[in-house]
Amino acid sequence: MAGLATSLGSGSMTNTISELGGASVILAIGTNTTATHPIVALQVKNAVRNGSKLIVANPKEIELCKFADIFLQHKPGTDVPLLMGMMRVILEEELHDKSFIQSRCEDFDAFEKSLAEFDLDTVEKLTGVPQDKIIKAARIYATQTPASIIYCMGITQHVHGTDNVLATSNLALLTGNIGKPSSGVNPLRGQNNVQGACDVGCLPNVYTGYQAVAIPEIKNKFESAWGVALSDTPGLTHTKIFDACYEGSISTLYLVGENPVLSEADASHATEAMKKVDFMVVQDIFMTETAELADVVLPAVTFAEEDGTFTNTERRVQRVRKAIDPVGDAKPDWWIACELAKRLNGKGFEFSGPEEIMEEISSLTPAYKGISYARLEKGSLQWPCPTTDHPGTPFLHAEKFGTDSGKGKFKPLTYRKPGEETDGEFPLILTTDRSLYHFHSTMTRRVYGLNVLAKEELLNIHPEDASGLGVENGQMVKVVSRRGEVAVKVKVTDICPLGTVSMTFHFAETPTNLLTCCELDPVAKTPGTKVCAVRVEGL
Amino acid sequence: MADKIELTINGQSVKADKGMTILETALRKGIYIPHLCHHHDLDPVGACRLCLVEIAGKWTKIAISCKTEVQDGMVVRTETPEINEMRQVTLELLIADHDTDCLACEQNTKCALQRVADHVGVNKERLQRLKSREVKAPIDDSNPFFNFDPNRCVLCGICVRTCDELQNVQAIDFANRGLGTKIAGFGDKPRIESNCESCGECIVRCPVGALTEKDYMKPTHQVKTVCSFCGCGCGLILGVRDNRLVSARGDVSSPANKGRLCVKGRFGYKFVNHPDRLTSPLIKRNGEFVKAEWDEALDLVADTFSKNKGEKFAAISSAKTTNEDNYVLQKFARAVMGTNNIDHCARL
Repeated sequence: MAGLATSLGSGSMTNTISELGGASVILAIGTNTTATHPIVALQVKNAVRNGSKLIVANPKEIELCKFADIFLQHKPGTDVPLLMGMMRVILEEELHDKSFIQSRCEDFDAFEKSLAEFDLDTVEKLTGVPQDKIIKAARIYATQTPASIIYCMGITQHVHGTDNVLATSNLALLTGNIGKPSSGVNPLRGQNNVQGACDVGCLPNVYTGYQAVAIPEIKNKFESAWGVALSDTPGLTHTKIFDACYEGSISTLYLVGENPVLSEADASHATEAMKKVDFMVVQDIFMTETAELADVVLPAVTFAEEDGTFTNTERRVQRVRKAIDPVGDAKPDWWIACELAKRLNGKGFEFSGPEEIMEEISSLTPAYKGISYARLEKGSLQWPCPTTDHPGTPFLHAEKFGTDSGKGKFKPLTYRKPGEETDGEFPLILTTDRSLYHFHSTMTRRVYGLNVLAKEELLNIHPEDASGLGVENGQMVKVVSRRGEVAVKVKVTDICPLGTVSMTFHFAETPTNLLTCCELDPVAKTPGTKVCAVRVEGL
Repeated sequence: MADKIELTINGQSVKADKGMTILETALRKGIYIPHLCHHHDLDPVGACRLCLVEIAGKWTKIAISCKTEVQDGMVVRTETPEINEMRQVTLELLIADHDTDCLACEQNTKCALQRVADHVGVNKERLQRLKSREVKAPIDDSNPFFNFDPNRCVLCGICVRTCDELQNVQAIDFANRGLGTKIAGFGDKPRIESNCESCGECIVRCPVGALTEKDYMKPTHQVKTVCSFCGCGCGLILGVRDNRLVSARGDVSSPANKGRLCVKGRFGYKFVNHPDRLTSPLIKRNGEFVKAEWDEALDLVADTFSKNKGEKFAAISSAKTTNEDNYVLQKFARAVMGTNNIDHCARL
């Protein structure tokens, strides 16, 4: 998110999901779309059926590869060299969009210079992808228009995730594939309302609508709206909050609807951190592994028991409607926070309900200014929606980019090694992904049928790696990383390339994130869960 | 605006868009032509042979209306003695092979075969003569979410085409030949062993009771909302009965999914009424959670928070909850607790 915000001026999908169906070429990198975003995958498959080209770049031979014209099976953590290699081909063959670069972009020269290190011999060596495939992919992407890029956590969850994201925006800018229908850079957001949580200010450095806490005028605006003095010091990011808990500088933690014991990279560190705080409140719908550690557990409602809005991955604000009364004595999260605020003499928490909260969000957030429940009753709206008669924005950057200069910024990039490398002791790379049948764990593990369809964790391993280790299909093994170990059943499959194994993280019985690496991307502070050195031992 | 075609159906003058079929045109005009294998989301195949019509004029012939495009000046009759007789036989052959225990079928009153039979009429004596096969084929109940009952299948192929044309999964197809024809996965193994992704799009489109949801309960009312799993934001219509969720279907008016759902969206709502839901506040005393009233729990939390304002405090919000929930939480952290230590799982 931090990546696209700097290069394009907005860290969200530039286009609409349905526009993917109209793309002439789709590059899907670092996304196992059929499992994580099945309905987006339908658009991709539909596009292919109608004659569009599909390039899939992924360390694993995922389901989507069946539909791909080219499959680039690059080594985990080599997204930057792969994409920069493609861009070098595009420039050398003069397939770039010169007029777009000249009129809409800046910092091209520095970027062009940074391509020097990415000659195809080097790129092939780093990525493991044959040169002819890179050339072919580059030609297809650059010559078919409109072109769309989709990516997911396979791009962002790296110690150099921001660089990966910038590589995708460089590619789109280079070929002028942005600011038009079916043409852009599209990060697929994982959770139903991760876009919305960001939009409404659940980030340590910004208020709603990405208005920075450190800018005095912004701070003044929120101080006068809320009637209190506010801090202009950006807060700590998610992973840093756990570090601060561990070190003791944070003593009180209020955790809503999240289960870090299973979901946090290097989960044992997060668990230790939560055990160290003096007081932890967990607000959730089930007694999660994390809630077990709390001092107070507050029962919250599910999406089916409250009114409100979600903002999906394509910036679409949609009404969520209460279908049933709260289960037991569960309460909406907004109500709980308001009750706490009133007890702490907080001003401005006398909301009568979600509609009034949305009115306050709209009044303080330019991109949401034209959004109201009355309008949403007639249909969803995609932000930016700056006025009450604005129809919403299906695709971004049509006239200018959201950056200060209004130009799309090229970013020079260099190859940086993954945070973790293999060695004699930990010779395999573990990469994590998700199953179609589960989300994280809290919800789907409590749906009986989904656990029939995917009942347990499996370690996907290449046949040659398996035979080298003397392990067979269905056998239990121990996976050990520099941080922890778990026992897991083996699934021998050539979906994984030689030297790379994969696991999901849905099962409390097999807490995969005990293994993963929490070294952070320096800009986005995202942990590098996609590359983790491990060894596999027989049990 | 598409080009308008003018034709006559059953003596009534009708306008249609170029490219439309006779069946689509008739149905749009409220003229019912019996059909089973037609579905507006799918390419026509002309498999069920029920939608026969007579076309007069220079095209004089009997044709299947689902695959015949309208043309200017066409004169169409949907009912003639000859057509009715052909339809009668086609229907009898379908019913002869069909489990007619309708009251025990989930599709009862919604069934397309019932509608065809109602329109065409069934002669009981003729039917008795045809109905010979007493041996029932086994029901495939291997999938945890749905059953396939071949005794109720009319071999319209809508499920096969849905899986292919819409889902691109191709988990099922026609197997065998003649009377032994059935819908099956590779090697006629149980459905759960096929590459079926359990999206349930075939159940939605099955015109009869062959594909049905397990433990189906008819909702008393429905509520339009949004799915709570991934970022697609699919429009979801939840079915409610006795203050419990009993069904979910895709919202065709939603631009995000146009009515389509995945396995989690269609069946994953079942966590909502799971018996393990937290139903009251809990306070840990001597290492054990003890139930508490809201006031007691909120007072305790507020009291402890009041002593730990500022940078000693952090809140982690949830990408699962609403914008309104999230907004209030960040306002609480900033305006009440005096810190910007507020984040959520966007980085994860």
